[in-house]
Amino acid sequence: MTPLLDIRNLTVVFDTPAGTVHAVNDVSYTIEEGETLGIVGESGSGKSVHALSMVGLIARPPGRIVSGEVYFKGRDLLKLAPRELYNLRGKEIGFVFQDPMTSLNPVLTIERQIAEPLRRHFNLSKNQARERVVELLELVGIPNARTRIGQYPHEFSGGMRQRVMIAIGISCNPKLLIADEATTALDVTVQAQILDLVRDLKKKIGTTVIWITHDMGVVAGLADTIQVMYGGRIMERGPVDAVFEDPRSAYTWGLLKSLPHGGKRGATRLYQIPGNPPNLIEKPVGDPFAPRNAFATERCKRETPPLLQVEDGVAGHKAAAWYDLRAELKKEREASA
Amino acid sequence: MTMEKTPQKPLVIADRLCKTYGGGRGFLAGSTPALKAVDNVSFEIYPGETLGLVGESGSGKSTTGRVLLQLEEPTSGDIIFKGQNLTGLSKPLLKPFRRDMQIIFQDPYSSLNPRMTVGEFVGEPLVVHGQGGNRSERNDRVAALFRRVGLDPSFMTRYPHEFSGGQRQRVCIARGIALDPALIVADEPITALDVSIQAQIVNLFQDLQDELGLTYLFIAHDLSMIRYLCHRVAVMLRGRIVEIGPCEAIFENPQHPYTQALLSAIPVPDPKIERERRPIAFDVNANPTPADAVLKPVGERHFVLG
Amino acid sequence: MKSFFLALLKSRAGLFGFLLVLVFIAGAILAPYLGLPSPTRSSLTARMVAPTWTSLFSPGAHPLGTDELGRDILSRILYGSRTTLLIAAGAVVLGGVVGTLLGIVAGYYRGMVDRILMRIVDIQLALPLMLLALLVVAAVGASSQNLVVVLALTSWLRYARIIRGQVLALREREFILSAHAIGAGTWRIMIKHLLPNVMTPVLVIATLELARIIIMDAALSFLGLGVQPPSPSWGRMLADGRVYITTAWWIVTFPGLAILLTVLSVNLLGDWLRDYFDPKLRTAR
Repeated sequence: MTPLLDIRNLTVVFDTPAGTVHAVNDVSYTIEEGETLGIVGESGSGKSVHALSMVGLIARPPGRIVSGEVYFKGRDLLKLAPRELYNLRGKEIGFVFQDPMTSLNPVLTIERQIAEPLRRHFNLSKNQARERVVELLELVGIPNARTRIGQYPHEFSGGMRQRVMIAIGISCNPKLLIADEATTALDVTVQAQILDLVRDLKKKIGTTVIWITHDMGVVAGLADTIQVMYGGRIMERGPVDAVFEDPRSAYTWGLLKSLPHGGKRGATRLYQIPGNPPNLIEKPVGDPFAPRNAFATERCKRETPPLLQVEDGVAGHKAAAWYDLRAELKKEREASA
Repeated sequence: MTMEKTPQKPLVIADRLCKTYGGGRGFLAGSTPALKAVDNVSFEIYPGETLGLVGESGSGKSTTGRVLLQLEEPTSGDIIFKGQNLTGLSKPLLKPFRRDMQIIFQDPYSSLNPRMTVGEFVGEPLVVHGQGGNRSERNDRVAALFRRVGLDPSFMTRYPHEFSGGQRQRVCIARGIALDPALIVADEPITALDVSIQAQIVNLFQDLQDELGLTYLFIAHDLSMIRYLCHRVAVMLRGRIVEIGPCEAIFENPQHPYTQALLSAIPVPDPKIERERRPIAFDVNANPTPADAVLKPVGERHFVLG
Repeated sequence: MKSFFLALLKSRAGLFGFLLVLVFIAGAILAPYLGLPSPTRSSLTARMVAPTWTSLFSPGAHPLGTDELGRDILSRILYGSRTTLLIAAGAVVLGGVVGTLLGIVAGYYRGMVDRILMRIVDIQLALPLMLLALLVVAAVGASSQNLVVVLALTSWLRYARIIRGQVLALREREFILSAHAIGAGTWRIMIKHLLPNVMTPVLVIATLELARIIIMDAALSFLGLGVQPPSPSWGRMLADGRVYITTAWWIVTFPGLAILLTVLSVNLLGDWLRDYFDPKLRTAR
């Protein structure tokens, strides 16, 4: 079966006055239909930029797609005309962004904003569109949907606005839903409800989801596959259980280890990854995490490690590392024992 | 340093603090409905202690921190710092107390002056309070502060935009400790930072507390960090403290339904636990807190609003 | 100072603007020493002489031609620049300083101070600026000092309004709160924290205002309320030469060109200064 989305060697740069920012470096991966992919990374990891650039949502200039192919249902998105991309967005690929306040137009009613892509893509009449809008709002758990469609964004709470954004994202039954830090601005209790909603929707309509976040906890609860990005590259990728239990990239391992894990105040300090995030203006050489990695070898500094299937790991568990993290950790344990 | 003070005597006491916005009639502006951002909030913090303040956006936790430092005037209530009531003090009378209490903000991008070198920014409290002697002595002190928070003193002449979020937060912390304060209000100091940087800053906060005997009011919505950092926790909801107690009591034995909902909603970075986790729902509007509710003891130093 | 010139050398547009401004200033200062005919000496025999480029260095010639009274245009432009540039620069500086300070005060204190200042701005904006200037000049007379004050009076409110808006946004930024938290005084917050952060809009407005003020000065001269004849001023030259545009194009063209080049050079220099004061762009270059 061909994957729903097949990204090959995507490289994106931004030309800024300070120099060329290497935002996405040679990223390749696939996502199967019905899969939920959680992409984890910090600012500058390329997690958002690569997703936006493949559907033509980065400003060009300063953005520039240097190379790559993005096959969606067999067509290369990067070769589509702007018009074709425009028709694709919203209809086949839905989006949910971080900030529901700036993503919604404050002077249009909720109904107008949800109905707009529906009417554009399916030529629905006003009444048909309204019925669908009510149905969608009920689906995302907004009470009194029929009366609320006439309201404006400011009359909705943050959590309700994010539900509206999700309703817009799924309104045309997209094959693929891309959510970029969709719950980051929300309170934890609201986030829990939204995540429940997404899980529920997946069951009901079977959408393929790319969930971009910096929160390991969110990915643990939502995704089938996790993909960890750093410095514009994929560091590790695989089934969530495998990656959380047995990380093979020092970055993934460090991230997991630096979380408090329900730890109490007291004797232990948190494990901290030393150093600062990479400066993407310098031409990337070698493993981007090498300068902060205690296990890095000379080779890591010179040569970029390819993303390869982990030996003796479960199928699909891939890591980009010249060092053998398991062996290194074992050595460390033995040394301390 | 902390030894000199008797542990029974709080460093700071917030007594029935209220802060109401709006409600007045402005010239040509009409009247606006009053919003009770902070509603009858009382707590005390002991020397060397970290009190965590959690709650969702709009719960009044940030306002509480700002009112505590007199950055905003409370509508009513008292703030007693080292035995002295600070409320109503004029700016000149308040100035000596400013040395003793500082604030670190959430967003390290808007908390630095973009047109001031970071060295000048860190040294500013010394200038304002006439400390640190002449220019070169002050430079030495700023350099020492830079080293103290893990920054290279050669960065002193640079401007904020050349720094990453974590480095900026270190600059803010260096400024915060420049006058050797007793109390620091940390208002979501790690929320805006990258995950790989958060642990560095949390550790820095703890090291500084150990070495300088600092007292923290640590405001956050990330409960796992609160649990890791704090001695006691206060949970705020709609301007009121609904539960306050030692960290362990709150996390192991939460009493208020809102605290329970909050705790159950934290995502756990472990797929196996996460698949089983069922968040408890809590509808604020369906469970309004009665206006006459008071904090009642339910355990050792553990109180619940009811 | 050294870094200032080093940075200037790296920017072609900035350097060009800077040099052009220097040329104008030099021309204004050196005008009496260039051996030019007097700007006020008329000659009936040499009326409306066309420009002759070859005669640039021969004494008594008119490289830019003469006007309807036979006065040398080059000389009039150079002498005219003394008054025009002085008045314009004075008005921009005075209006800019007053307007910026009042804008910061209004935005910082808000409340009653803000309301009073902004009502004054509103009222003044409701009056046509030209009319206001005419009234004041008619009342106090048209000396250079008076003109500076009058032109600044038409200018300060543009700074005040925009800077006030900027300050209203800035004062909510956390570094201002942080300044309060360390006990910094009002003056320090205004000068050290607010002023440097509004320099970008101030410079943008100042360059626009300089152009506007030169033209307004010209208009006042045109209406007979500027610098009094026979002293040369660019505005009056433009006004007087207007009628001869079809027969003697040079009379109106060269002062017009002078205004154009001045405004252009100040704009280029202003753009560069704005970037120079932004630490973000300074290190990026």
